[in-house]
Amino acid sequence: MPFGVYVHIPFCASRCGYCDFNTYTATELGASVVRETFHRHLITEVAMAGQQLGPVPADTVFFGGGTPSLLGAAPLIEILRAIDDHLGLADDVEVTCEVNPDSVDQEFFDQLRQGGFTRISIGMQSASNSVLRILERTHTPGAAARAAQMARSAGFAHVSMDLIYGTPSETDDDVRTSVALAVAAEVDHISAYALIVEDGTPLARRVQSGQIARPDDDVAADRYELIDQLLTDAGFTWYEVSNWSRAGGQCRHNLGYWRNDQWWGVGPGAHSFIGGHRWWNHKHPQTYVQGLLDGDPRAGIEQPDERQRQMETVMLGVRLREGLAIADVPDPKALADLVGKGQVLVSGDRVQLTASGRLLADAVVRDLLGD
Amino acid sequence: MPVQKPGSTDPLVVRNFCIIAHIDHGKSTLADRMLQVTEVVDPRQMRAQYLDRMDIERERGITIKSQAVRLPFVADDGIEYVLNMIDTPGHVDFTYEVSRSLAACEGAVLLVDAAQGIEAQTLANLYLALENDLMIVPVLNKIDLPAAQPEKYAAELARIIGCDPADVLLTSAKTGLGVREVLQRVVEQVPAPMGDAQAPARAMIFDSVYDTYRGVVTYVRVIDGRIGTRDKVAMMSTGAVHELLEVGIISPEPIPCQGLGVGEVGYLITGVKDVRQSRVGDTVTTATKGATQALGGYRDPKPMVYSGLYPIDGSDYPELRDALDKLKLNDAALVYEPETSLALGFGFRCGFLGLLHMEIVRERLEREANLDLISTAPNVIYRLVQDDGTEITVTNPSEFPNGKVSQIFEPIVRATVILPTEFVGTVMELCQQRRGLMLGMDYLSEDRVELRYTLPLAEIVFDFFDQLKSKTRGYASLDYELSGEQQADLVKVDILLHGEPVDAFSAIVHRDKAMSYGTMMTVKLKELIPRQQFEVPIQAAIGSRVITRETIRAIRKDVLAKCYGGDISRKRKLLEKQKEGKKRMKMVGRVEVPQEAFIAALSTSETSSAKKS
Repeated sequence: MPFGVYVHIPFCASRCGYCDFNTYTATELGASVVRETFHRHLITEVAMAGQQLGPVPADTVFFGGGTPSLLGAAPLIEILRAIDDHLGLADDVEVTCEVNPDSVDQEFFDQLRQGGFTRISIGMQSASNSVLRILERTHTPGAAARAAQMARSAGFAHVSMDLIYGTPSETDDDVRTSVALAVAAEVDHISAYALIVEDGTPLARRVQSGQIARPDDDVAADRYELIDQLLTDAGFTWYEVSNWSRAGGQCRHNLGYWRNDQWWGVGPGAHSFIGGHRWWNHKHPQTYVQGLLDGDPRAGIEQPDERQRQMETVMLGVRLREGLAIADVPDPKALADLVGKGQVLVSGDRVQLTASGRLLADAVVRDLLGD
Repeated sequence: MPVQKPGSTDPLVVRNFCIIAHIDHGKSTLADRMLQVTEVVDPRQMRAQYLDRMDIERERGITIKSQAVRLPFVADDGIEYVLNMIDTPGHVDFTYEVSRSLAACEGAVLLVDAAQGIEAQTLANLYLALENDLMIVPVLNKIDLPAAQPEKYAAELARIIGCDPADVLLTSAKTGLGVREVLQRVVEQVPAPMGDAQAPARAMIFDSVYDTYRGVVTYVRVIDGRIGTRDKVAMMSTGAVHELLEVGIISPEPIPCQGLGVGEVGYLITGVKDVRQSRVGDTVTTATKGATQALGGYRDPKPMVYSGLYPIDGSDYPELRDALDKLKLNDAALVYEPETSLALGFGFRCGFLGLLHMEIVRERLEREANLDLISTAPNVIYRLVQDDGTEITVTNPSEFPNGKVSQIFEPIVRATVILPTEFVGTVMELCQQRRGLMLGMDYLSEDRVELRYTLPLAEIVFDFFDQLKSKTRGYASLDYELSGEQQADLVKVDILLHGEPVDAFSAIVHRDKAMSYGTMMTVKLKELIPRQQFEVPIQAAIGSRVITRETIRAIRKDVLAKCYGGDISRKRKLLEKQKEGKKRMKMVGRVEVPQEAFIAALSTSETSSAKKS
């Protein structure tokens, strides 16, 4: 079974208004956490993983955040070396780094590529200035395309763009332009996520106070269909509800999550799933570091029971184009009903979402699980 | 020690009176002062609102409210009088109980706030007292307040009861000013009770309270004869005979005594466990050599307003049933029977004397039994004459027949509104909208009027009071009494969800208002019911005729397109929560409706009107 390592870099230069990820700006961090030396703590946890698991070569490594690029190339490479030392890296390892178009230059990409990274994921979000302003992103639309260009020049064969759709004020044309820009940057992978107003974010407060209209689900549905159409026309294929790629461009690390493979999450708030156990680290970098010093950075652990495992299998698997094995469907009666409604189709021994089913995936999951 | 002993008091020195006052006009404080002036309470034990708090006094194993307090009072002539101060409930729903309390008295202290003037309910109770030929002692209270206008309101009171403004006593219950004068005036002006001491005993029940320790405590005023501890007593409406476990007076703690004679007021304990066996207005006599003729005026309490009461958590149904059974012991007017609603599950159809009674019952159930309840819109009683000439009574929209009805009668009330003149136009408009018929208008003083209307009870029951309060910034007061019925063009409006009627939302309304009711409910439900995978029409219909329609569009997107960096637990928990929520959905046909939506639809009208006021 493939094995992945996720590395969480909990830093951002500034916080985007919609973001509820576990990340901190310089002013939000306590005095005891220093960005420049933080990677050493992560390496401590990598060593801990090596001690516990012994050599298990990682098939995929993913640096996410936060903004990993904010650290600069050297600490990231140092962490990757540590993973190689303590766990090992498979020959065909996929090593992804998320980057913010703001905090990169050619040298950064060159160093990463030479340091063993194989894939770059760029947070582009949108080609529309007004959308970027509402999202409180600091980069300009052109920066993402330039970053993709630099990554390709550095020799990265796999480059991905993240898009956000359904932001209030966004038009159909904004979406067309965003997709066109991403496609023109010759990336081989595009993710598109609907904007979610998460509780406690500045965006939520602005929606609450009426400054910004609440994102409309019907608009989001239209935009999703539009994006799917545009990407399909451009030669991309969906392989997960929110992810499209060219041939060979799928993100193997993320597939691991959907396929219920095993991974170790390194860093504050990171989640792991190994040997039937799920655990997660302390969220705040300070408490995380304290936990590491005390020998255990974990905040919680659980072992999903049979029923919960079944739930997870359905909930994760159905989102993939390859779908779910018929044998994994708990309620065969629901299956007939869903096929009747045109939300899923059966191909061979797999159950797959149809185009309309993809937009109702959560409802499909609830139906498949029955009572 | 008082000279006059219970059971052997000369009726000539007895004065029975009540205090008629609006809430907050100082009745409790005045009562406190009367306890002090008459020295029945040791000064060291005196505390504010002494009588009001007696229900928590359980040392003696008895729960007593301030139903009737016996006060020995040495008047200016040096004679010790026995003053019985009888409490009256202060609300429109309990007019009958008030009338029985008044019937136990020969006089009434009319207590009015000198800064506010008389209020509608006070006025209504005053009229009731005048009908009972009570001697009225007018008193203006709170004259120490800077805002007091004693001349203005003395003139107002004088005009209403037909006396000289100079006869209106001025007091400050707070400082004690003028309190003795009030008692002196009661002695001088309120007639002594008249009754035949030799005749068979007849005592009128003016209150009946269930006590956990002692069973039912019955408050009586003896009219004729004597009731002693050795007697067995009979209730004349039913003929039921009970042992007398205890006879006593309240002064202001319960004091057992040997008996009660003509004109005296006290309590009886017979050991019965249900106030229905000892009903307000009934006549108590002795079991042997008893009276044959009951005192007049007894009436069975009749519910006027019906509503469904449901536990929000369906599993609380047995608790609700037990709580109602218990409450019934202390509330002779409460009636209920099991009812099932598609939307709300198992509950009870309950009948109440009025809106306040309904609120009190609901509040007590929620507080004392710790239940969360939802009530359906209140309904009045309709009398329907069908095409074949037969008559039916409808207290629930679900009983309303579709078609085949030739005549519908609804109860009407005579309503009195007292308000500042500046709001007259607004309130007339409100009454007009509520199908009111103006009977007249009188000026109580230069800037206050009394408006009289005939209004359908159903209109009053539907947030009229809230509207009245909000349109007059709280200055208007309302009172009403039933005054028969009228024929009306009423229809049942059903609310259909995807073609299925939802019982809890059906309503009987005037034909002219069917549309606005239908629109209000369909719009509200559209907001509350989550989108389904198919389009759901919400319609309001009279019979098979749809009068208004809203549509919940089909949901197109139900997918969380975010991965939370491998946080599968969070996603699974979200899914588990959604599945749990789905279990609590009620199915109306194919439509899944969260219970909360039904509850919100039933309660938002209350909260929105409350917000306005």
